[in-house]
Amino acid sequence: MIHIQNLIDAVGLGAVFALIAVGIGLVFGVLRLINFAYGQLIMLAAYALAFTDSWPDAASILLAVLVAVVASLLMERIAFRPLRTADPSTMLVATFALAYLLENAALVQYTYRQQGIVADSVGTLAQLNQAVTIGSLHIRWVSFVAIGAGIVSLAALALLLNRTSIGLQMRAASMDFGTARLLGVRADTVIMAAVAVSGVLAAVAAVVLSISSASVTSTTGLYETLFVLVGVVAGGIDRLASATLGGFAIGFAISLVGAELPSSGETPFTSNVYMPSVIYLAVIVALLLRPAGLFARGGRGVERV
Amino acid sequence: MSRLRGLEELLGPVAAVALLALVSGLFVSSADQVKYLTAIVYVAIVAALYVFVGNSGVISFGQVSFVAVGAFSAGVMTIPIDTKPGVLPTLFSLLRDHSISSAWSLALAAGLGGVYAFAVGIPLMRLSGIAAGIATLAVLGITYNLLYNWNSIGPGATVESLIPVTTDYWQATVGAVAVICLAFAYQRSRFGRQLRAAREDPAAARAAGIDIHRQRLLAFTLSGALSGFAGGLYVHLLGSIGANQVYLDLTFLTLAMLVVGGISSLFGAVVGAITISLFNILLVNAQLGIHVFGWSITAPSGTSLVGIAIVMLVILLLRPAGITGGKEFSVPAWAHRARRRGARIS
Repeated sequence: MIHIQNLIDAVGLGAVFALIAVGIGLVFGVLRLINFAYGQLIMLAAYALAFTDSWPDAASILLAVLVAVVASLLMERIAFRPLRTADPSTMLVATFALAYLLENAALVQYTYRQQGIVADSVGTLAQLNQAVTIGSLHIRWVSFVAIGAGIVSLAALALLLNRTSIGLQMRAASMDFGTARLLGVRADTVIMAAVAVSGVLAAVAAVVLSISSASVTSTTGLYETLFVLVGVVAGGIDRLASATLGGFAIGFAISLVGAELPSSGETPFTSNVYMPSVIYLAVIVALLLRPAGLFARGGRGVERV
Repeated sequence: MSRLRGLEELLGPVAAVALLALVSGLFVSSADQVKYLTAIVYVAIVAALYVFVGNSGVISFGQVSFVAVGAFSAGVMTIPIDTKPGVLPTLFSLLRDHSISSAWSLALAAGLGGVYAFAVGIPLMRLSGIAAGIATLAVLGITYNLLYNWNSIGPGATVESLIPVTTDYWQATVGAVAVICLAFAYQRSRFGRQLRAAREDPAAARAAGIDIHRQRLLAFTLSGALSGFAGGLYVHLLGSIGANQVYLDLTFLTLAMLVVGGISSLFGAVVGAITISLFNILLVNAQLGIHVFGWSITAPSGTSLVGIAIVMLVILLLRPAGITGGKEFSVPAWAHRARRRGARIS
């Protein structure tokens, strides 16, 4: 039974990671940019939740979405737009700088307020972290919230991409930006739309993550994003569906490997402190076997040297 | 003429490091000197990073793994033998019961960095683009995870101190200049030129008979050895090492230095490392309190880190191709003209 419980938790984490993966994949689609500062968007949204803990939950979540979207649009305007024609490495390092900026701004904020680093808790929502008992299973509510939020968000996104004009433009732009522009797709509009949607997804991920960890620090979202970035590329970053599956797979694997490996053991790969090594090793093997991504369509492979 | 031209290109990076060492060694208070020494060691790390990233055009997040291997091996092997079994009782007995001198530990660091890079590079160098970047990031993740948790090869989650502090101005400068010279020699060799050709146009390079995998592997291995060596210098400067000091922050910082300087030139690597380091020192000092015309300004802690991120962003926005534009150093045209005029007069 313990294995079934682990499986459900794993699906929960996979769902959150899938959301983050979509956020990263959308921006990659239109900008060809891996946004290393995406985790800091999640952090900002989580702070918004924590600071408005006394507000009604709905208002608090709404504010978090607003903060993440505004921050995401600001990033695009300040850093991505001027560097759109620059070398990819320049844009990549610009996202490092943004990530570093936001992470340390959060730290400075704490120095000012003379508080401990791990202080802001997400009180009301944290009640969802309690477990519900079904038979011999103890499942935390947050796993259901994560799965539900994942399904609803992905369904809404699918509607947006497939049923609206801006969605069509986004899909066109991510297939061939140059041709899409020739056919009348406005570059700025479509990029801002993608960036804004990725901000919304960051906020949804922040809600779920801050329920399960119940506190916010300057590194909230950092390690999740790192794993998702790796998962997205291992899954196949060229298509949103394969990127999302990659994100889900890595969240699922992290949760399951972490739960199934024994909790003590000194030699490498024999206990769950070595979970990251297991995951990263699997990713390397996956990339070597399928450089375009595990879930990428066959045929159009990445050229190897 | 072409050999002279080559020396001119080497002159820029070497002179920049020498100038930094000389000026800070003579005019900076001894309490502040360690910051400048760190800057010189960063030059070595970034130059080593450049050997692979700059010449191949493949972004690697993994080079700090080799810095980490160098720093940990040089650190663990130089802790005095009479204290080592006490502070690191869980080490493998081979590591626990032997110690070597600092000079030998630098050679060990370079060797292990090179061997590790070679072993990792054999499979990974087949990848290109984003897949290569993420695979090297995975290598960094594994290296960090093992160093942080495995007590038999190092201090594990604790910070290991008691490492002899032997990197002085002399060693740091000679070390950084040595890395620069090796990087330069590689880049001018036929191997370096083949790899740069492959960076510009992989298909044409392959058509011309260049084995891209082999050339990338060579650059990756050399970069790994130089990174390991720089890691050795780093650990003997700090006197202590923990796994978090050679992980994501250092990776992002050194990559940012390289790109801010100009990713495709050795001069760019050196200029980027020095520029960001100097801004960092300036901001850290400003944070401690700066006196301008009788005004005293003190910033809250952490402000310097925010400041350095803003500096990086501003430089990238103003000069997207980096400070040097990815070009090697050349004596400015006016100096050439002046020399020619001088020759005519005499």
